[in-house]
Amino acid sequence: MVRRFYGTTLANGFMLGTAQYPSPAILADAFKRSGAAVATVSLRRESGQTRAGQDFWKLIQDLGVHILPNTAGCHSVKEAVTTAHMAREVFDTKWIKLEVIGEEDTLQPDVFGLVEAARILSEDGFQVFPYTTEDLVVADKLLNAGCEVLMPWGAPIGSGLGLNNVFGLRSMRAHFPDVPLVIDAGLGLPSQAAQAMELGFDAVLLNTAVAKAGDPAAMAQAFATAVSAGQMAAAADPMEPRDMAAPSTPVIGKAFLE
Amino acid sequence: MKLQLNGELMDVQASTLAEVLMERGFGDAKVATAVNGTFVPIALRASHTLNAGDSIEVLAPMQGG
Repeated sequence: MVRRFYGTTLANGFMLGTAQYPSPAILADAFKRSGAAVATVSLRRESGQTRAGQDFWKLIQDLGVHILPNTAGCHSVKEAVTTAHMAREVFDTKWIKLEVIGEEDTLQPDVFGLVEAARILSEDGFQVFPYTTEDLVVADKLLNAGCEVLMPWGAPIGSGLGLNNVFGLRSMRAHFPDVPLVIDAGLGLPSQAAQAMELGFDAVLLNTAVAKAGDPAAMAQAFATAVSAGQMAAAADPMEPRDMAAPSTPVIGKAFLE
Repeated sequence: MKLQLNGELMDVQASTLAEVLMERGFGDAKVATAVNGTFVPIALRASHTLNAGDSIEVLAPMQGG
């Protein structure tokens, strides 16, 4: 089942961040080998002398992927909404990865502020990708606020812990069968990305696991392969696990050798 | 007039946001602006008159996750 992101069908379920790479060349190489469909970007203060952001913008445009700006680092509704408006103008897209951070140690979203900001931005024509938790009540409120995509965390941002609450994520998938769901944050290994896709999620969004790998481009390709494998597995209708063994080799016709 | 641009105190000759951007080297740069925490779109920069003590944010595309 292919779910569309605000009317857009993505070539694959891999969304990759652009931060923390050792160099712009390695970033570009990682994207090339990942085949990622979406790149997340941000806004930061520009210097009138060095104009570093202008070179980065050129590099991102050359990647030829969908751009998903974020409101990373925002802790209030006002800050997130203003940042979203600035991002829409600079990147010329209605898409916004909405982050309203509520807790410093875990970078857990402030879900109350998130819902409020999502409503304000949706009413203003934005297509909001909210960074949220696996809480079903919050998810429902985000959908009511106008969101058509949900992005629950796998684990705290940058932790690499994988899917901390598989039960909660499975429940979310079952509760919202028609909503595109993206695991955003916390993935550290390709096997965790494959697991997310096997659960029926539509995409994974990650950054640190690739950018901080010893060989980011190779890791990007590994993640791409895992996403593809997980997606194929989900479509192939995996077997149900069971507690007792069941022989796979037929018992009938076995020789009597006692 | 004294104001803050990206957290830095400075003295500028210009009186509008568009003029300050030109004066400070942003020219045709791909940037978004806010004054005193409120977004000012491109179309309104030329008519946005600044006051002493204003705080301007000039943001550009940057790496993000």
